[in-house]
Amino acid sequence: MEIRLSEQDFNPWQAIQDHQAGQRQLVGKYGATGVFVGTMRDFNQNDGVLSMYLEHYPGMTERQLQRIVEEAKHQWRILDCLVVHRVGEVFPDDVLVLVAVWSAQRGDAFDASRFIMENLKSRAPFWKKETLVSGLQRWVEKNSDGYRPVSGY
Amino acid sequence: MSIKVRYFASLKERIGRSEDELSVGAPMSVRQIWRQLNPELAMPESVLAAVNMEYVELDSLVEDGGELAFFPPVTGG
Repeated sequence: MEIRLSEQDFNPWQAIQDHQAGQRQLVGKYGATGVFVGTMRDFNQNDGVLSMYLEHYPGMTERQLQRIVEEAKHQWRILDCLVVHRVGEVFPDDVLVLVAVWSAQRGDAFDASRFIMENLKSRAPFWKKETLVSGLQRWVEKNSDGYRPVSGY
Repeated sequence: MSIKVRYFASLKERIGRSEDELSVGAPMSVRQIWRQLNPELAMPESVLAAVNMEYVELDSLVEDGGELAFFPPVTGG
C-alpha cells in the first residue's frame, strides 16, 4: 500500500507502473486493477479557471487517507493499493488524484477504488482555491456530488 | 495549560490568522474555544473541527497540549 502527496505534476500511468514494479507479491495473483484518475478542468460553475491552489493539513491529510484505505481493506479483498494526491499550484489537465486498487476479481477493484475516491472527497482535508480567467480568486465551497450510484449491472 | 488552534483555507483568510495559542485552566469544548478566540465572529455552520488530527464533534472537550483545527468543508480529489 502506498499513499503519498505530490508537490509536482506526475504521470499517473508511470506512477502505476513504478509502483507495481516493486510489488513482487502481485505477480500471478491479481486479475483486476481498478484505476481512477482525477484531472483539473479549465472550467467550473460556468467560469473559466486558469489555475488552482490545493491546500492541505500536513499530517492529518495523510492520516485520513491511510484510514480510508484501511477501511477499504476491511471491506474488500484488496492485494495492493496506490493513492497519490497533488498539493500546491495546479493547472488545467494536471492530474489531481490517482487511486489504483489491485485485486483478484474485478468487483473488489471497482468497488474499493470508488469507496476510496468518494471518502477521499468527503473526508480528506484538502481545499481548492481557484484563479479564474477574470483574475478573481475564490475558494471552492463544496465538491459536486460527482456520480450517481449505478444500479442494474 | 495550553492548546494550539489552527485555521485552514477560507476560514484562515476570513479570520486573518493561521494559528492561535490558548492558555486554559480546565478542558474546554471546541465550541467554547471558538467563542473565546473569535468573539466577533459566529462559528460557521459548516465548520469542521479536528483534535490531534482526528475529526471531533463541536461539543468535544480539548485536553491540555492538544492541537485543535478548524476548517471549511473539504474539497479534494
